[in-house]
Amino acid sequence: MPKRTDISKILVLGSGPIVIGQACEFDYSGTQGLKALREEGYELVLVNSNPATIMTDPAYSDQTYVEPLTPEIVESIIARERPQALLPTLGGQTALNLAVALGERGALRRHRVELIGAPLDAIRKAEDRQLFKEVMGAAGLDLPKSLILTDIADVRSAARELGFPIIVRPSFTLGGTGGGIAYNLEDLLRRVHSALDASPVKKVLLEASVIGWKEYELEVMRDAKDNFVVICTIENIDPMGVHTGDSITVAPAQTLTDRQYQAMRDDARTAISAIGVATGGCNVQFAVDPATGRRVIIEINPRVSRSSALASKATGFPIAKIAAKLAVGYTLDEIPNDITRKTPACFEPSIDYVVTKIPRFAFEKFGREFPLDTAMKSVGEVMACGRTFKESLQKALRAIDTGAEGPDRTPPADERDFREWLGTPSSDRIFRIRAALQRGLTPEAVSEVTRIDPWFLRQFAELTRFEQIVAAGGMKAFSPALLREAKELGFSDAQLGRLLGKKEDVLRALRAKHALRPSFKLVDTCAGEFEASTPYFYSTYDGENEVVPSRSKKKIAILGSGPNRIGQGIEFDYCCVHAALALRELGIETVMINCNPETVSTDYDISDRLYFEPLTLEDVLGVLELEKPMGVILQFGGQTPLNLAAPLAKAGIKILGTSPAASDVAEDRRRFGALIRRLGIPAPEWGMARTVAQARTLARRIGYPVMLRPSFVLGGRAMEIAYDDADLRLFAAKALAASKHHPELLIDRFLSDATEVDVDAVCDGHDVFIGGIMEHIEEAGIHSGDSACTLPPHSLTREQIERILEHTRRLAKGLKVVGMLNIQFAIKDHAVYLLEANPRASRTVPFASKATGVPLAKIAAKVIAGKTLRSLLPKVLMEQKFPNLPYAATKAVVLPFIKFPGIDPLLGPEMKSTGEAMGIAKDFPTSFAKSQEAVGMALPSEGSVFLSVRDEDKAAILPIAAQLRQLGFILHATENTQSFLTRHGIDAHRIFKLGEGKPDVVDLIKQRNVSLVINTPSGKRAKSDGFAIRRNSLDFGVPIISNINSCQAAVQAIAALRRSPLSVTPMQERYRDLAYET
Amino acid sequence: MNALLALEDGTVLRGRSCGAPGEASGEMVFNTSLTGYQEVLTDPSYKGQVVLMTYPLIGNTGITNSDHESPRPRLEALVVRELCRTPSNWESVESVPDFLLRHAIPAIEGVDTRALTLRLRAKGSLRCILSTTDADERRLVRRARALPPTVGVDLAQTVTCAEPRVWSEPLAEVPLGWPMAFPRSPHVVVLDLGVKNGILRCLASLGCRVTVVPARTTAAEIMTLFPDGVLLSNGPGDPEPIAYAVETIRRLLEERVPLFGICLGHQLLGLALGGKTFKLKFGHHGANHPVKDLATGRIAVTTQNHNFCVDLKSLPDQVRTTHLNLNDGTSEGMMHTLLPAFSVQYHPEACAGPHDSRYLFARFGELMAERMSKNQGALANAKKD
Repeated sequence: MPKRTDISKILVLGSGPIVIGQACEFDYSGTQGLKALREEGYELVLVNSNPATIMTDPAYSDQTYVEPLTPEIVESIIARERPQALLPTLGGQTALNLAVALGERGALRRHRVELIGAPLDAIRKAEDRQLFKEVMGAAGLDLPKSLILTDIADVRSAARELGFPIIVRPSFTLGGTGGGIAYNLEDLLRRVHSALDASPVKKVLLEASVIGWKEYELEVMRDAKDNFVVICTIENIDPMGVHTGDSITVAPAQTLTDRQYQAMRDDARTAISAIGVATGGCNVQFAVDPATGRRVIIEINPRVSRSSALASKATGFPIAKIAAKLAVGYTLDEIPNDITRKTPACFEPSIDYVVTKIPRFAFEKFGREFPLDTAMKSVGEVMACGRTFKESLQKALRAIDTGAEGPDRTPPADERDFREWLGTPSSDRIFRIRAALQRGLTPEAVSEVTRIDPWFLRQFAELTRFEQIVAAGGMKAFSPALLREAKELGFSDAQLGRLLGKKEDVLRALRAKHALRPSFKLVDTCAGEFEASTPYFYSTYDGENEVVPSRSKKKIAILGSGPNRIGQGIEFDYCCVHAALALRELGIETVMINCNPETVSTDYDISDRLYFEPLTLEDVLGVLELEKPMGVILQFGGQTPLNLAAPLAKAGIKILGTSPAASDVAEDRRRFGALIRRLGIPAPEWGMARTVAQARTLARRIGYPVMLRPSFVLGGRAMEIAYDDADLRLFAAKALAASKHHPELLIDRFLSDATEVDVDAVCDGHDVFIGGIMEHIEEAGIHSGDSACTLPPHSLTREQIERILEHTRRLAKGLKVVGMLNIQFAIKDHAVYLLEANPRASRTVPFASKATGVPLAKIAAKVIAGKTLRSLLPKVLMEQKFPNLPYAATKAVVLPFIKFPGIDPLLGPEMKSTGEAMGIAKDFPTSFAKSQEAVGMALPSEGSVFLSVRDEDKAAILPIAAQLRQLGFILHATENTQSFLTRHGIDAHRIFKLGEGKPDVVDLIKQRNVSLVINTPSGKRAKSDGFAIRRNSLDFGVPIISNINSCQAAVQAIAALRRSPLSVTPMQERYRDLAYET
Repeated sequence: MNALLALEDGTVLRGRSCGAPGEASGEMVFNTSLTGYQEVLTDPSYKGQVVLMTYPLIGNTGITNSDHESPRPRLEALVVRELCRTPSNWESVESVPDFLLRHAIPAIEGVDTRALTLRLRAKGSLRCILSTTDADERRLVRRARALPPTVGVDLAQTVTCAEPRVWSEPLAEVPLGWPMAFPRSPHVVVLDLGVKNGILRCLASLGCRVTVVPARTTAAEIMTLFPDGVLLSNGPGDPEPIAYAVETIRRLLEERVPLFGICLGHQLLGLALGGKTFKLKFGHHGANHPVKDLATGRIAVTTQNHNFCVDLKSLPDQVRTTHLNLNDGTSEGMMHTLLPAFSVQYHPEACAGPHDSRYLFARFGELMAERMSKNQGALANAKKD
């Protein structure tokens, strides 16, 4: 069937801010989908609140709405745009849920919008666990025994029927939020309670446990003619019981016979027909009893997913692109295979390598480990290809960038403790397994404890055995044959160096001596059967190199940012993609090196040549030595590529843009301090200390409060604010321990209640362009990545802005920046202080670029390639000094606390947010309201507010409280705050503190008798009352504000909301009002 | 133990022996299936061939009791990147190296199978020798070059059964909607040119009585078995020299007994209908080839294993193309418009591969049911007379 001509305008939903369980894979899928639909000539309308996405670049749709993904807002966009069709399958669970909500409120019918890709009925059957069970059962598929609960009262009888452990799954939630495994009745009651709460439809599925069963995923596609293909099979190394997003997985499936696999394939086909997935990509999960082979279906996702992104990268088959084409009527045989160009997309990729995916966790941000279960907790992932499982596993382990040796933890000595330690699914289990194998446990014994298939464990055992041989023999016994074997097994030079007690470069030299270099092979979807035209490569130490480097003289390599983590996420991938696109515009060939399968940068049509490789010195050099580019750009990928600057330069690689020496100055506080003194830029008083005693002397000299951190940090790692000597002692000891290699502390005067400002600028060595001055809402001391910020600055004076511009210009030139520069300033008592400068792309670059329409990363990339700012920017912008906006844009962040039970949802110097959304509107208050709505913290326009503020904030809360009263809110407060308010003539109800009597403040929150909570944490450490208030607000979905600045913004925003409801405008229209061309 | 692999183009690769010691030779082909190495090992169609598996990790699930396509491995030798010695699967009874050793099949691992595949893609199938005993590289290449070509050799006679036999074992997992409702259990005679058990299991699962007869069984002999249909099986090598089977098929066509040809059986049917066959550059060996059924427009992902092909242009007008390979546009199936005979170049039984094409057995069943009811009608009429 050719494409549909009865529709001409399609609305596409994105997935919004990055959260755990929904990351940049949906930008990858969405961007691909938009490109595919545009190719077909459809008019496209996009809604996505996440400015850090490529898909929201205005070039990818006709109307780009960076607006909150709520049913109300999307309906107003539908009313304005009148699309004939809505495609919800590219935007993850968010988009599917939104489509269901739009269907249920009658919006689709009202505006005659057809859902394409997945009909409502199919979404419901896949998402509603009870319906799913019924449909699968009727289709003849086997399922784990289960029960649906809607009432907590039925828990006991359910437990009797199913037997423990029991899997708890709320309906319609993302990444398994609110789900878990219950091992006893008490556990079950607690989990059902929170699951009922998490489920928007108040339904919970209880399932007999298949924990420990083998877990498989099939990535399948179906077209309107019922043609069906399996793109990729994925086997989870971690068996059932660990969310697939948190599992180490491998593609293709390794431990099924053809008959077993084909029966699973038949089931998948039957299942998606039964669900009614008409067209598109679909993820089907199965569990298999390793003892009997009994196979049960676990779930279906009728949309592209994290796994489909992985499958696309693993096989070279662009699932999202094809899914988009199928949604508009094409059939699989009508679409050519991108890679071979000659054969159709209607086939099943065959691969001749092994793919391993390893999740990346960020537990260090939350101060403790969490055991893994059915609710996803990882924040990113890496993928690696190798010709054997061992090679791909080892590559993935070094790509994950946490050290191939794993965390330095001593396993328990006691046998029983050891088994529990090994058996508990954890973020570092692969290293625990290694410890067990080193201890002499057999793979079979480890399998008994972990339920991991012995096949994988034997592969691990081969590696540990080899490690022991190398370590025992030492350098003397390390023959060329052993070196070759080590490389074939995937060992890196650094890893071998550790085993042999040598430096990495000794091993590299040894390799050079024996002319042992990696070979590169092609990802071609067909195991070599057909010629492939797509330049997508991976390295291996297996035989022949088949990759002929391009002969282009104008060729530049770009290093990506590796796995997403808190502090280094999609924003950096956005910058890398822009850099690649910009260089392409200049006719320069680009080579992309990255290892994150979720990203747009690892889509094979973003750069001219894509190398899917770990971002380590060895792997990167391997590519560069083959491709021999003019140079390499490191400044767009965040800290990971920048860490390679010095060693790459030492290896003779030209680093393009700001020189590594200049970056060093910015990182070295002593040299940087001297530079800014010379440039006349004021900074808070600071100093360095190597011991706790030195730190105390220094802190007393500077004056408390002070900010402490190890001298080399990323995203506020181990950063603390000390208010007195006792704090200082505690934090200094901790920070010194966290920086073993550089035991040095940086101590700064902490500017309390200062306003923080982020500046992104581009310098070509001569001119400086300031792309954005972003004023933070939260005061200094909260990590800039966790702060809301707004553009243009809403409270700065003309003079302060002038001073910021001047400091930025001076510093950019002083540092000899070529490319991007990010500076953080603090404004206290009208003085402007410089806090930090990073001569690289920052997290705010996409936000600033999207808000202003000036693509900073692209401009920077062109500057790095030798262009001048004057030749790139419209004259008016060069003259204006920075983009003036006729509207306000506010960035709000999304915090992952809900995924980490029991953690105090407090902000601090350590970054914790996973993503961001942008609210854009005519004025600051409205844009703030919008941004809050976009991150799921919609401000109430009526109801009651609970206030509890620390003494220091009492004065500041008065006008806020008064305004809230004026807006008609009822105020609640505990004794102290209540009497203070009453004393100042503001009515407030007194509420019991915890332990004072019932109902207390927590009851108020749990019963949702309050629509907003204002709680500023007292002093230095959270008190238990404060913790209970914050945690319950979070768990029960009550918006909470924990600092005064945000309260002020919120009150203004509420007032604005009361004046007029939120309206929507596409970016293309907003840009038309700018004084310059975008 | 070291092993050497020498190709007629002069390539020599060094690897580890992972099967039986000794030597083997044949024409090297590559198979791109991700699963199903056991089916490949025991598929009689691989007689005379050295099979390279493009998926690098082979043997992970070992050997099971229910996935043999014939009682023993039929290929000459196996080439892999890494062969698993300690398999893991609830059905596994033996490791692949042990199985190969027991059946005296040499195998090599630790060679760059992808580089070899690309060579085969560029140059076509190549004759080769695998040896654990001869370390003289140049001599091995010379010997590879001296190997007899496969064109013009009747390999089917080396793998067919010696005596007629009855088959009753069904598929381990019967697809939904099977078996068919026949007036009585139809009798299928399978002309064994190297038949895969998968075909026989499909027929048994459909509800057929199955008799397997040797390749040289004549049409007259087959007709004495009162078949309701005859299946022309798959098998190894070049169809042209198997003149006796072509003659048998010609006679069967005259008898108007329903015929279903698979792979080599398809090629022989083509010859019997007056067509010609030719050799492909490197053949089709895998489980991911899209084939379109021209009658329904539906696409099946198919299992393929053939080096020879029917030249459709050479066939008479009464023969219609029914299936097309979407990768290269070659013909994958045909039917006679007047006679109850049809055939496909690929493997509807799969084994290994997707089950998308098993509907063709039902189509064969329909042809047989039609004939059975016609015969029954004729019989009834005869009785009335």
